[in-house]
Amino acid sequence: MLSAASGELLAVDAAPNPWFDPSYVTSNWDTIMGYLGEHVRLTVGAVVLGALLALPLAVLARRSRWLAGPVLGLSTLVYTIPSLAMFAFVAPITGLTTTTVLIGLVLYSLVILVRNFLAGLQAVPAEVREAARGMGYGAGRLFWQVELPLAVPAIMAGLRIATVSTVALATVGVIVGHGGLGQLITGGFNANFYRAPIVVGTLGCVLLALLADLLLAGAERLLTPWTRRAAA
Amino acid sequence: MNRWEEAFRYLNDPFNWSRPGGILDLLTEHLRISGVAVLVAMLIALPVGAVLGHTGRGGAFTVALSNVSRAVPTLALLTLFAVTPIGFGPTATTIALAVFAVPPILTNTYVGFRSVDPDVVEASRAMGMGGRQVLLRAELPLAAPLVMTGVRTAAVQVVATATLAALVAGGGLGRIITLGFAQQNYGTVLAGAVLVAALAVLTELLLVALTWAVVPGDKRLPFLRARRATPVPEPTASGVPL
Repeated sequence: MLSAASGELLAVDAAPNPWFDPSYVTSNWDTIMGYLGEHVRLTVGAVVLGALLALPLAVLARRSRWLAGPVLGLSTLVYTIPSLAMFAFVAPITGLTTTTVLIGLVLYSLVILVRNFLAGLQAVPAEVREAARGMGYGAGRLFWQVELPLAVPAIMAGLRIATVSTVALATVGVIVGHGGLGQLITGGFNANFYRAPIVVGTLGCVLLALLADLLLAGAERLLTPWTRRAAA
Repeated sequence: MNRWEEAFRYLNDPFNWSRPGGILDLLTEHLRISGVAVLVAMLIALPVGAVLGHTGRGGAFTVALSNVSRAVPTLALLTLFAVTPIGFGPTATTIALAVFAVPPILTNTYVGFRSVDPDVVEASRAMGMGGRQVLLRAELPLAAPLVMTGVRTAAVQVVATATLAALVAGGGLGRIITLGFAQQNYGTVLAGAVLVAALAVLTELLLVALTWAVVPGDKRLPFLRARRATPVPEPTASGVPL
């Protein structure tokens, strides 16, 4: 508040403080790459762990109606909790570590993924399931060879949303000192509103999210050749 | 569970609530910032979404906007606005939050108006309704559920995100959490987390109730409806956890 009121008098306004500064990137390359690496590890870890937990949950929720209600209700509740509060709930247990951020991110990706996995599995037409059973498919083969492939579009949509939002959310990890590129954003803010790292952190997050989205979209195309043929 | 005791003691102390800069002050600030942000976003997004959905144009634009907005970290936008000449404080926070509230409202409003049965529109035209009347008296009530979903998503998202303002020296309930971390006092951290989470959940519940009251149609109490646990897949416009 104080510096905002006396803004014109501060030396920081007189010193050059450009939004884009290539020399910042070259001279801090290792730092930036370190944070980028942490960001990527957090995102990949959260989405992979989330998916590994979400699949059995979705299968269970589909099997019994009694479980579907609590699973979906709980996921809505988790979804509503603000990320800062989430990390604050976890931090007293795991301390100021990457694990704290990872647990929070896994919970959020898990919630997104369970809903999409469940929707994908429930959208498999009953006739297809019956036909497969009629052809002698057992429960296991039915799931892995018929239901799962048919649910791939919904699963991939969930993975894409989870990945992109995890990239954005990971920045909040700065509260425990492990926010990946978010460290650059708040670091720049705390270093007398140094704009170059803020812009680098922001652009890094957006580009990382878009790159991840493109990769997953490509993977979806490879996994579902039948949709391409239908479209052509 | 010692920390939960500390958190309880913090919340149970009336002085923590009523002192200047205490919980009540922070809560008021939090709600004021959130309320203004949502209202501004509604003023922008509702008319634009309604017109786009009515004419059926700009679908790709709204979807692209909501997808791109998902990729921009809220923290980044809050910080960016804080280092512009606007300066950090309630104004920068409000603008940043309003920017994030626009996409969910816009997309849901667009989809709501877009998916109104064309037969209904044609019938209302045949009954002599003009363009404005079709929009307000035929399409709006039918689009109301989705419009309200957009508003609810945006509002919960804004209330949750306003917490992050504390990371860039803004106000609101997030301050209790950042203060607790700064002092390594996890009891305070937990107390702040409980308050923030409760506020977000209350906002969600309040808006569900408001939706129920505002949307025309059968007013059956939700718990009397036959429960069917169908999962709602993430629509493009839904909020990102913040």
